[in-house]
Amino acid sequence: MHHHHKHCDELFADAEAAAAEKDWAHAKMSLGAFHGDLETHFRTEEEVLFPAFEAATGMTGGPTQMMRYEHAQMRELVARMEEAMREQDGEAFAGDAETLLILMQQHNMKEENILYPMIDRSLAGQAGSLGPVLRERLASA
Amino acid sequence: MHPNLSFEQAPPISVPFRFFLTAPLFGIAAGLLLLWQGGEMLSSRWMPAALAATHLLVVGFMLQAMCGALLQFVPVAAGGNIWRPRLVAGIVHPLLLVAAGLLVAAFLSYRPALFLGAAHLFVAALGVFCIVVGAAVWRTPAQGPTIVALRIAMIGLLVTVALGATLATGLASGAQWPLLALTDIHAGWGLGGWGLVLLAGVSYFVVPMFQLTPAYPAWLARGVPLLLMLVLILWTLQLLGFPAEIRMAILFAGLAVAGAFAVQTLRLQFRRRRKVKDATLLFFRTAMVCLLVIVASALLFAAVPQFGQDARAPVWLGVLALVGVFVTAINGMLYKIVPFLNWLHLQRLGGMTVLPPTMNQMLAERRMRQQLYAHLAALVLLLAAVWFPLLARPAGLAFALDCLWLAANLVTAVRVYRDFRDRIRAAA
Repeated sequence: MHHHHKHCDELFADAEAAAAEKDWAHAKMSLGAFHGDLETHFRTEEEVLFPAFEAATGMTGGPTQMMRYEHAQMRELVARMEEAMREQDGEAFAGDAETLLILMQQHNMKEENILYPMIDRSLAGQAGSLGPVLRERLASA
Repeated sequence: MHPNLSFEQAPPISVPFRFFLTAPLFGIAAGLLLLWQGGEMLSSRWMPAALAATHLLVVGFMLQAMCGALLQFVPVAAGGNIWRPRLVAGIVHPLLLVAAGLLVAAFLSYRPALFLGAAHLFVAALGVFCIVVGAAVWRTPAQGPTIVALRIAMIGLLVTVALGATLATGLASGAQWPLLALTDIHAGWGLGGWGLVLLAGVSYFVVPMFQLTPAYPAWLARGVPLLLMLVLILWTLQLLGFPAEIRMAILFAGLAVAGAFAVQTLRLQFRRRRKVKDATLLFFRTAMVCLLVIVASALLFAAVPQFGQDARAPVWLGVLALVGVFVTAINGMLYKIVPFLNWLHLQRLGGMTVLPPTMNQMLAERRMRQQLYAHLAALVLLLAAVWFPLLARPAGLAFALDCLWLAANLVTAVRVYRDFRDRIRAAA
């Protein structure tokens, strides 16, 4: 999951740089790839990882809920970036990209530093069954 | 307590913002003090006005910004629960404000009562702050070099305050204490143990995050705070009496650690994946370059005694450290933190239906750049004024305007926040 975060970062930086140079065709391609990967990542967490954690700990209202909320915020920002791209509005694109970047980074750090270690601990017994599922879903991106 | 609680602990926006908006005002005051006093103030670090200006920057600008930032950073980034942040900010912020004012007045007038008053208020304000924030960073379930750095920084702050209060008491009572050595130790803990360790700990987090750089290597990230603390412990032992060579060796050990941190930060920024250059990146780079200039200057001062023994040499290092490194880095950080917090709070207020303005709409990149250039001009003038006293007054004015500009930019961002918040409330 951690490696997949870094992969999303690359695509994001690429799309942002292309938009800054008004290379909209390139930006469209990178943003499209970024959006696809982001969705795969979010869905993997929301449909596999979080439910497994919630079932193991009984915690449904805590960290996973917050992470789901932040996923919704990020989806909204990506939608706005796509709109700015259609209108070729570099200023709006850069503004949303800036916000998304920080939101995404602090989200990743919370997951990597706090949530994933918690999940690792609470799912220690299931690693064998969950690992391949996660890998397969992320690889299909 | 389960760590999951730390996820939604972001304090109300007024908690960090009151500190952030106060910080530049002390910078303006420091600039005006230089404008008033002129070149003589920079002739020696022991000039009363130089001591006053130093503390306007360290306990005014820097401490306000750093305390405000920690009240936000510790819960959201380090997973530590801050006990009643609104109450703590309500106590610490005004106490620090008055304490800094008293201390500056004390240096300018040398009235014992003012020194004692300032010491008591600092101990009260920072005592509360260290207990609450210290408890949070010690009890957080999160791990990693940032947490280690935050813990060491809290120790650094405690030692700095204790030594500062001792010095103030010594000055007030005229006691025959080794005040010069105590001052160097106090400054070392304040700038190194608190300031630089905190800057490093926060950098481990934000440098990769803002610019998509690789992470700091683990050995360096862990090594910098621990080695700085070790060096400072040795530095403190100079009270027992050291030959000058050993004292110098300890100083250079500390500077080597600081230099390694600066070089690594610049290297990471050079390897960033994000192509877009923003104002914060340029502020941060300037700060790291200044840190390296400090190391180079200290080497030069050691090698060429006619420079090193000049009373202006420590002033040169002081301007580089306070204005060049810390004010610059804080300025750059504020430009990321303030618009992002605006966005985050507005977004939560409006739910998914009303989308807040983007970060660039809260504070345009162009305005941050303009202030960056003003800041660089002020920094260059200040550094030149150390050696050319005629430039002192223009430098003071330039720095006051630079900080005024920063304040104006922050106020602009807060206004956008308020307008939008009122619109959300009116719609609800």
